[in-house]
Amino acid sequence: MHRIRAGFVIALCAFLGGCASSEKWGWYVISPTTRQGRVNIEFLLSGVGWTIALTVCCVALSIVLGFVLFLPRIPGNRWLDALNRAVVELLRSIPPLVSILWVYYGLPVLTGIDLGPFVSGMVALSLYGAAFMAEIYRGGVQSIERGQFEAADSLALSTFDKMRYVIFPQALRRSLPAMGNQFVIILKMSSLVSVIGLTEVVRRANELAVTEYRPLEIYTFLVLEYLVLVLLLSAGVRWVERRLGADEGGAASPVGRAE
Amino acid sequence: MSRSPESRPVPGGETAPVIELAGVNKWFGDLHVLRDVSLRVHPGERVVVCGPSGSGKSTMIRCVNRLEKHQSGRIVVDGVELTDRTEDIRAVRRGVGMVFQQFNLFPHLTVLQNLTLAPMRALGLSRSDAEARARQYLERVRIPEQAEKFPRQLSGGQQQRVAIARSLCMEPKIMLFDEPTSALDPEMIAEVLDTMIELADNGMTMVCVTHEMGFARRVADQVVFMDAGRIVEHAPPAKFFSAPEHERTRLFLGQILSH
Repeated sequence: MHRIRAGFVIALCAFLGGCASSEKWGWYVISPTTRQGRVNIEFLLSGVGWTIALTVCCVALSIVLGFVLFLPRIPGNRWLDALNRAVVELLRSIPPLVSILWVYYGLPVLTGIDLGPFVSGMVALSLYGAAFMAEIYRGGVQSIERGQFEAADSLALSTFDKMRYVIFPQALRRSLPAMGNQFVIILKMSSLVSVIGLTEVVRRANELAVTEYRPLEIYTFLVLEYLVLVLLLSAGVRWVERRLGADEGGAASPVGRAE
Repeated sequence: MSRSPESRPVPGGETAPVIELAGVNKWFGDLHVLRDVSLRVHPGERVVVCGPSGSGKSTMIRCVNRLEKHQSGRIVVDGVELTDRTEDIRAVRRGVGMVFQQFNLFPHLTVLQNLTLAPMRALGLSRSDAEARARQYLERVRIPEQAEKFPRQLSGGQQQRVAIARSLCMEPKIMLFDEPTSALDPEMIAEVLDTMIELADNGMTMVCVTHEMGFARRVADQVVFMDAGRIVEHAPPAKFFSAPEHERTRLFLGQILSH
């Protein structure tokens, strides 16, 4: 892993070094050695806070809403399953940009409540993410062996206790890689909220690009911003995976097996 | 109700049966897996059920704690008839332990947590009471030193003994064993059978699906032979092994005892 990351950084440095020497590039626009460059960098980075805030809110909400969406699936009732499938399909079939526009421009007409760009984006992306999270939970629970359900049943556990203490903890562990993937997607989709005016990183980059006429450098900087954010997020997910995996005394654990 | 070996009633004697199956039928789709199965088990009795695979023996004992639903006939366990009433099913399960072929321990919980979960959640024991009870039963299955380990760190035989201890922690009136030694390496079968023999000697009411005929000879009060969903032969072990009435039983015994 470390070797891959080191190789990645070296390649990136070589690329940027090549860029610096080419006439097509004008790094002065975000050069930390000049005053204007520093001001511009600060301007671009001022969007990071909104990007992170929106991502954190959407991730948290989609974890919770996804779970709520998944719950009707547990009893194995035909009608509840159908209802759940309909809701999930509906939410999944709306492109996130469309749902952002609908919530921001459409919903106030319907309800008279103007949510503003941040909350609108949060609602739209959380619902979208929740639909996928619900499917991830379902897959996690379905992957648990029938014997685990039967053992819990034979011990007279209630359905609640069976799910709470036996099934969900195991399903969650198996769902984590897929969840991490979904979080990365949510982070990247937060860029869409720039179209309704939230001053996150893309909006900031757009604003600077039209005043400085240096889209190449500015959007390259934007790419790097996302790269760093995604790497941090993935590292966080891996950390959680290790923490939870260790409890299982199995594959992810440093503790060996008896046999 | 006393369960000491001395007061064990004679099969078919005066005492009411603790398990009664009367004319039980079950289908999986078009497959008729249980055909008019009737069986009475009295307190303290040990019943060994054998038969070729697909004969319905596992399905029969799984009906006793409602892991499978029967479609006609009556099943009464400890005075409670099994119907769709969830509360009745849980009440029955509190008094009926089950040991599975694949152990079905909870892999994300330590041995101790495996043993305390159901007593705490389904019987309402305090943590300290549940742990004291768990350690007592681990002692009884002779692995008290494994309490803090995870199931995967144990050998198959140890895992199955933990599974037995987990059921015993509910202090059940009846223990069901569904091919408890079939997934074990030969050298581990003895340790599990020893545990089961000890249980039998202490007067536990047991229904065991097994092909361990030495075990059947040693502990069984009744041996039941099933074929194609029917109880074909039902006799005390002495008669069952020396003078079975049906040709099908003789054929089966010939195959299973010849090697």
